Amino acid sequence: MSDKNALNNATLALQALYLEKKGAIIDNAPDFLNEKRDAALDSFLVQGVPSKKVENYKYTNLVEVFDRQWDVVASKDDANIDVEEVFQCDVPDLDTFTILMVNGWYYPKNDLTALPEGVTVCSLQEAFAHHKDLVEEVYCRYTDHTKDPVLSLNGMFAQDGLFVHVAKNVILERPLQIINLMNGDSDRMCSQRNVVLLEQGSQAKIAVCDHTLSNQAFVFNNMTEVLVKENASLDVYNVQNQNNQTINLSGLNIEQQSNSNVLTHAVVLHGGVIRNNLTINLNGENANASMYGISVADQEQHVDNFTTIYHSKPHCVSNQVYKNVMSGNSEGVFTGCIHVLPYAEKTAAFQQNNSLLLTETAQMNTKPQLIIDNDDVKCSHGATVGQIDEEALFYLRSRGIGEHEARLMMIFAFAHDVLSNLRIEPLRDRIDQLLERRLRGEDSPCDSCAIECNS
Amino acid sequence: MLKIKDLRASVEGKQILNGLNLEVKPGEVHAIMGPNGAGKSTLANVLSGNDKYDIIGGSVDFGGNDLLDLSPENRSREGLFLSFQYPVEIPGVSMVNFLKTAVNEHRKYRNLPPLKAGDFLKMMREKKELVHIDSTLTNRSVNEGFSGGEKKKNEIFQMAMLQPKLSILDETDSGLDIDALRIVANGVNALKSKDNATIVVTHYQRLLDYIVPDYVHILYKGRIVKTAGKELALELEEKGYDWIKEEMGE
Repeated sequence: MSDKNALNNATLALQALYLEKKGAIIDNAPDFLNEKRDAALDSFLVQGVPSKKVENYKYTNLVEVFDRQWDVVASKDDANIDVEEVFQCDVPDLDTFTILMVNGWYYPKNDLTALPEGVTVCSLQEAFAHHKDLVEEVYCRYTDHTKDPVLSLNGMFAQDGLFVHVAKNVILERPLQIINLMNGDSDRMCSQRNVVLLEQGSQAKIAVCDHTLSNQAFVFNNMTEVLVKENASLDVYNVQNQNNQTINLSGLNIEQQSNSNVLTHAVVLHGGVIRNNLTINLNGENANASMYGISVADQEQHVDNFTTIYHSKPHCVSNQVYKNVMSGNSEGVFTGCIHVLPYAEKTAAFQQNNSLLLTETAQMNTKPQLIIDNDDVKCSHGATVGQIDEEALFYLRSRGIGEHEARLMMIFAFAHDVLSNLRIEPLRDRIDQLLERRLRGEDSPCDSCAIECNS
Repeated sequence: MLKIKDLRASVEGKQILNGLNLEVKPGEVHAIMGPNGAGKSTLANVLSGNDKYDIIGGSVDFGGNDLLDLSPENRSREGLFLSFQYPVEIPGVSMVNFLKTAVNEHRKYRNLPPLKAGDFLKMMREKKELVHIDSTLTNRSVNEGFSGGEKKKNEIFQMAMLQPKLSILDETDSGLDIDALRIVANGVNALKSKDNATIVVTHYQRLLDYIVPDYVHILYKGRIVKTAGKELALELEEKGYDWIKEEMGE
């Protein structure tokens, strides 16, 4: 891929798009982001749009995704819609601070005056203007654009995003709910860059919902960098429920200091091609990371959860449970790398991926990867791919439960247990409900949306 | 209630039932005994609709319906109940959800509205006492982590909840200690009425001390070769199954 003569068409198309739009992108973005754009382009060109020959993208064909003309609207006006009119979150009893993002931009009418002292939530652009020191502590500090072409693309195109800061020892009781909306009358690529910084001893819970408001095809390249300092605790719940033309390339990169605690949850309901890159670096003693995922896919959906956990310091614990329910012609991928570095003794790292295949044409590729450079560790991984237990199905039917209902009960039971770890109860109940409706095929990607553009 | 005529069935290509005839009337208790491999469990599974078993021929009439034509769920809704020899563990499906769904599907079949939550819980409480089932068990997943005895009690508990017309108890006594056996038998006896019937499939006579049959049938090589009253069970207990084989000319 490093041979420039061999750049594929997808790479060339994106390069051309960048050069064409560069002026407008720069005019509408802060210097701090602009300074790194050309370097991002360079690293992108070195890597190119990954073909299936690139190990990390072996099962997710991005060449197919980018081998066409995409558009970029580089202006903030893109976010100028009356969101209140078209979108309402219908999670009952979910008392959150709601933050809307539209096509990668911070929605100008977000009202966050009620945020408690010590909590800052604003656009990344504003953060660069008013909290530059804080942003600089995280932005591009722990992520390397040269390692991942999707990340390079984010560096080239992202102009805005969200900034969250929780000050030392501040406990944010009400969760933040970030609603990423895609909207437009033509197909487009939207890029978003977020920075989250939790100071020592602070706590926050963030629910992220990805939606599409219109029926166009979107590429959503959403990259979040997080620093969780000593004794801090963070939950990130991501519900992905976009239309099935949409490509969601989501990066979550978390750096954890000692005694910190992180819980992530990826709930995939709808979306065309979904790739979640989750990287966590346990870079302080006694840090703890729990990562969960439940993906339900059918038709031609493609879902790829790609996790990398670095155990860099001793006495850290990581636990991963990812489940997939695949039907139709859908394809699922799970790649989970646990890397225990030298000196990280007393590491405990667990990983599990269980998948149900409900049709003969559904696929699941699962690849656990353990790289262990220390003798004194406890690591395990397990993967299962299977069908519904026919004996259990007969047992349920023999009690008068119809075949369809019995199947659903079993699928739901399989999927449900991952959700028990969710620490916001109303959100858990709501996701439970969404999941059940998804499994029953009664939902649409726009379920929590007032307009029904894509039923 | 149940009329089996010349039933022939196979599993994995091997014919097990070779022309079985049996008639059961309301209010009766039938015991089916026989040596290992005679086809006892096959009969229970075929009647309840397990599709691992293939019907080769014959007919089964159940209350005027062609039983073999019904799906397993509709056999249940029509009033057939199988107490499994090996009840299946279903992780993640709670007992309460399972029973509520089952009871309400039965009600729907009879054009009745779903039970109110309160009424359902009351019913559950009553039926639980019948089999002395531990309250905490119903808060768990179906059969998950239940002991052998608990699983069998759970079968009778489900039977009590669904109030079937015809119950088939497939080796319900296997793996039970004497106390659990008595509890299970008492449960079955308490549910007995002039309108329903029970088929007890068993290898040993032991259970029949508690559930007293009106008829005892001996199943051998896929056919019923002998039918008599309850004294036949005692004779079997005394002599073993060998004399049957001799009588059959082997």
